Amino acid sequence: MWIGGALADEIPRDQRRSGYETMRPETRAMQDSDADNPATLWVLDGEALWNKREGAAGKSCADCHAGAAPMKAVAARFPRFDAARATPVDLEQQINICRRDRQNAPPLAAESHDLLALEAFVAKQSRGDTIEPNREPGAKESIEAGRKLFNERRGQLNLSCAQCHDDNWGKSLGGANIPQGHPNGYPLYRLEWQSLGSMGRRLRNCLSGMRAELWPRDAREYVDIEMYLMSRAAGLKMESPAVRP
Amino acid sequence: MTRALVNVPARAKKGDIIEIKTLISHPMESGYRVGYGGEPLKRDIIQTFSCDYDGAKIFLAQFSPAVAANPFVSFHTVATASGKLVFRWEGDNGFEAEETAEIVVE
Ligand code: HEC
Ligand code: HEC
Repeated sequence: MWIGGALADEIPRDQRRSGYETMRPETRAMQDSDADNPATLWVLDGEALWNKREGAAGKSCADCHAGAAPMKAVAARFPRFDAARATPVDLEQQINICRRDRQNAPPLAAESHDLLALEAFVAKQSRGDTIEPNREPGAKESIEAGRKLFNERRGQLNLSCAQCHDDNWGKSLGGANIPQGHPNGYPLYRLEWQSLGSMGRRLRNCLSGMRAELWPRDAREYVDIEMYLMSRAAGLKMESPAVRP
Repeated sequence: MTRALVNVPARAKKGDIIEIKTLISHPMESGYRVGYGGEPLKRDIIQTFSCDYDGAKIFLAQFSPAVAANPFVSFHTVATASGKLVFRWEGDNGFEAEETAEIVVE
């Protein structure tokens, strides 16, 4: 068998579509109304946490960020390249950086209710904002690393992300519709999970589906892929917290 | 933290058919699953959900272990009088939650 590193063709810009567009009307209706979207339960908890004083510094997120208004469009440009730390940082890592360095509070566990709630609340302030290409110095290298990972075959099924999400989007895989694989709705409520979940959870889900070995939770690979996915989704609108089947 | 969301139109005309939507955070653990260590997970579900309006019970639902987490229920009723709607959820392990909403009927 030929095991190639050849890049599949990227989806032309004018054909890039959010996963929302290929969902059933009932699932779209859930996302369209906050009263129907179960993610609202997390957003409300996130708002309470945003205003709560935490840690030895005795400060709330709101104390420093002057309400939530400055969070507008922030999720549309995460992950960002943190030059001081010389690493790409995604939204949940940024929240934990603020907890640790600014609030003097212990970081929240990955995929915990409170971290997802805060992330949902922050990301919701960017609903409807357009994802812009990331032009920060240092970002390019991370995006290219992500692009490479996306196009590499891996796992017992010897598949690449691109084979499903670039080459076969719009077709079905068992009962599921293969979306283009855009990151514009995270964190989101997935009906199959019966819960809100992060981008990391989604990526681990696809990796398991490929029967590939998972990287450790805090591995740089996930953030590089996220960086690439955001550059690939430039022009799409943020939907966080979205609903997906 | 239990959160419940209820959505009732603030105003309606007498005789109008109105839609009511409710959503509550709850794991709805079926009692048929095991945890990561193979230990059985105890059943923890909401058993009943009800709505009282204008002094009468207008809606009652009994949930089963097959209902998904964070149950969403929507139903219709006829706007009869201004007043309070009281929503109650009760379940395993003494679970109780209540929410109210006001409607003006003219
Ligand atoms: C003591 C002040 C302080 C507190 C408290 C604080 N932050 Fe921050 N936050 C900052 C500063 C300063 C920056 C920018 C520098 C950096 O990245 O560390 C920032 C950056 C951010 C950003 C990125 C904004 C952007 O435009 O890129 C997010 C998101 C954020 N904080 C969320 C939070 C959340 C959520 C909390 C509460 C858990 C919080 N912050 C608590 C000071 C604070
Ligand atoms: C075998 C096909 C397949 C492969 C390979 C695959 N995925 Fe997926 N992916 C899917 C399907 C199917 C879904 C949608 C799941 C559903 O809704 O039931 C999905 C969903 C996604 C989503 C969520 C899109 C949205 O609208 O929320 C992202 C992001 C994603 N995949 C990224 C990746 C990445 C990155 C890789 C490689 C590490 C990958 N996928 C590999 C089939 C695949």
